[in-house]
Amino acid sequence: MSRFDAVVVGGGIMGCTTALWLARGGMCTALIERDAVARSASGVNAGTLTLHMTRAALIPYALKGWQLWATARDWLGHDVGVVAAPGLCLAFTKAEAALLEERSAVRREQGAPIKIIAPDRARKIEPGLSGALKLAAHSPIDGHVPAYLTGLAYKKALVEAGCTILEQQPVTALDRLSAGFRIHTGETIVDTKRLVLAGGVWLEPLLALLNVLLPVKTLINQLVVLERLPPVIQSVVTIASGLLSLKQFTNGTVLIGGGWQGKGDRESGETAIIPENLIGNVQLAAHAVPALKRGRILRSWLGFEAETADAMPIIGSVPGMADIFVIGSVHSGYTSAPYMGRLLADHILGLDPAMPLFPMERLLTGHAEGVVA
Amino acid sequence: MTRRAELAVIGAGPAGAYAAMAATAAGVDCIVIDEAKAAGGQVYRAPAVRRSKTKPEVVEGDRLRSALQTSGASLAFGRRVWLVEPGFIIHAIGRDGPETIEADRLILATGTTERVIPFPGWTTPGVIGLAAATILLKAEATLPGKRTLVAGRGPLLAAVAAGILEHGGEVAAVLDHSPRMHWLIALPKLASRLDLLRRGLGWWATLKRAGVPIRHGDGIAEVTGVDDGLLIKTRSGRAVTCDAVAVGHGLTPSTEITRLLGARHRYAAELGGWVPALDAFGRTSVDGLMVCGDGAGVRGAAAAALAGELAGLAAARELGHLDQARFDARASSMETALARASRFGGAMAAMTAPCADDIKAFGAETIICRCEDVTRGQIDAAIDAGASTIDQLKAWTRAGMGPCQGRLCGEAVAAILADHAGGREQVGLWTGRAPIRPVPVADLVGDVAYEDIAIPKAAPL
Repeated sequence: MSRFDAVVVGGGIMGCTTALWLARGGMCTALIERDAVARSASGVNAGTLTLHMTRAALIPYALKGWQLWATARDWLGHDVGVVAAPGLCLAFTKAEAALLEERSAVRREQGAPIKIIAPDRARKIEPGLSGALKLAAHSPIDGHVPAYLTGLAYKKALVEAGCTILEQQPVTALDRLSAGFRIHTGETIVDTKRLVLAGGVWLEPLLALLNVLLPVKTLINQLVVLERLPPVIQSVVTIASGLLSLKQFTNGTVLIGGGWQGKGDRESGETAIIPENLIGNVQLAAHAVPALKRGRILRSWLGFEAETADAMPIIGSVPGMADIFVIGSVHSGYTSAPYMGRLLADHILGLDPAMPLFPMERLLTGHAEGVVA
Repeated sequence: MTRRAELAVIGAGPAGAYAAMAATAAGVDCIVIDEAKAAGGQVYRAPAVRRSKTKPEVVEGDRLRSALQTSGASLAFGRRVWLVEPGFIIHAIGRDGPETIEADRLILATGTTERVIPFPGWTTPGVIGLAAATILLKAEATLPGKRTLVAGRGPLLAAVAAGILEHGGEVAAVLDHSPRMHWLIALPKLASRLDLLRRGLGWWATLKRAGVPIRHGDGIAEVTGVDDGLLIKTRSGRAVTCDAVAVGHGLTPSTEITRLLGARHRYAAELGGWVPALDAFGRTSVDGLMVCGDGAGVRGAAAAALAGELAGLAAARELGHLDQARFDARASSMETALARASRFGGAMAAMTAPCADDIKAFGAETIICRCEDVTRGQIDAAIDAGASTIDQLKAWTRAGMGPCQGRLCGEAVAAILADHAGGREQVGLWTGRAPIRPVPVADLVGDVAYEDIAIPKAAPL
């Protein structure tokens, strides 16, 4: 049986980055993923690298994450197709304009280079925007990644770092050994000294295997893609309420998101579109950029996003359990993910993380006896 | 606009039409939905141009259209279904914009998609599918070109080539990828429908009489666009010049809606590929959802009509409009005819199945996904990099992400991956996604005022 220094359960960007730096830090590391690497939330999200949609308190992390995405070729060793673009956040009503000013100010205080600009200025930057625009906020730091390709780059990097990858293996049981843990996947049994849980919406059931009760809500976020169009927008377009993300990829396809909800559940993995929400999301996008009415909707899909009770991340040790670590539930966390994974790896490797982690004590609702090490 | 019915039938080819007529006759409140403006499906497609000569499929199609028209079933034609929700809510786009149709039970009779086996040059303008050529000929009375090469496998070869001659076109040659032996092996099963067999033999005789070169066991190696048309190199090394190519390798069942609704599927090469798992009456693993016709497995028009009737009766039985004894009597009386029709249609379908050699024949430069310009080499590279499922292969190569939504490249992509993964079952099926056909944004969003867009509450700051 293999015995690792560290096993990361969950192969999204957070788990992959943690595993990568643990392996590079000299630990014998394995990554266990229930599906394929970066095929759940990390592979099906909108790939938006935006400050306009990042929770204010996470702006410093998102700025670092943005830098890492932009320089992936240097540190990951593989290109992930990042496109840097300005971000424009829009307001179409008085109420939205007030919200935009307020939210932009808070994000600016956290270090986001966001400026409020007049509608004509915004339309000069992005001529495709609707004439109904009331106000806009501009960030020079924004952009996007084709999320569906990041798994390929990460997989290559993990293999090069000597990390063992076990895909299509959901974890079914976690046993505490006298030193370390035994992980059962139904297919294999793996022993490890340290355990990192990076299971996204499946963090709750994973922690429950250790009798740690931490509610993780499953958001079922909708995305809609239009067929290739001639250039209609070059910026990443969002709205003040956060309910729209809109971008055109270099291949001409247009991706519409913003966290509109579908149906589904994490147990079965099944999802379904709520038609009113698909229509509403596309109505909003076509309102912001009227030229989209010339396109056709090709495909829609849904991805699971994890959310804690306070919609803030959990990153760090599990209280009272030496050598178990958790990372996840970062609102719009794709932008920050490579940085947050690095922070946790540093923490595990005994280095001082450059920014504070997000301890989970605040969220624990239950803690069975006898499992505390 | 929302309509309600006890039973909805999607697809008004022979399977859907007979399902609707059988159910309606039993007293079911039934609505039939089709993308075309008239019933008939692919086989009995209503001609846009009426010709004096009446062919058997036109006569049969007219008979079917008039029977359905007077059956009492509600007809919703010219509707593009883009989403079906469980339970069932059917979302369509019609002439007057978005519509929904709610039904307790749903019969899918959505037919097939042409199976495309790529080869070097298949995306050259002038190259079309055999089934596409039949639409041109039947519905539009239009020739694919002045001088057409007809190639591929199965009975459509002779039908299309003879149709081209009949419409005054020239057939450069017929390349039948199957060796003559395949036809001989199928003969006993084909003899179960002597009328159809006779018609098929008649097409071949017409081609012989016209002096059309017919080459069994030969196929297209490469198509190149040249100044005045197309230059075709055949696998046996011959050169053919023409200005159009109609090439086809049979049909594969359309599973968009059954995949979307999460029905169980199985892989059955002899039925054309992945098919929904069904019981004897066409019931899927999803409660209330049935499938009939070629969409349940390619068996041809005659079997489709009978399977449709059976599905319609079963739906009527489940909806309480037909008692068990009467249902059993009707169903058992149809068994023999259905088995016989299936034997003939199945033998025809089996002849179209591509061989492993067809897939191996194309090189690294050959385009597999024409919407996204993905080559064989790129697909092989993604498999080498560790793509082990069809969904992952799609993500890493973009094959299947374009406007055809994978209908054109799906077979070839799966066949390539199956070679590595140990079979089509291991490779799986692309996840079903809405919309099941591309939907124009303008049709879906309408002219809505900003304040009427139902924007959810703001995300947390």
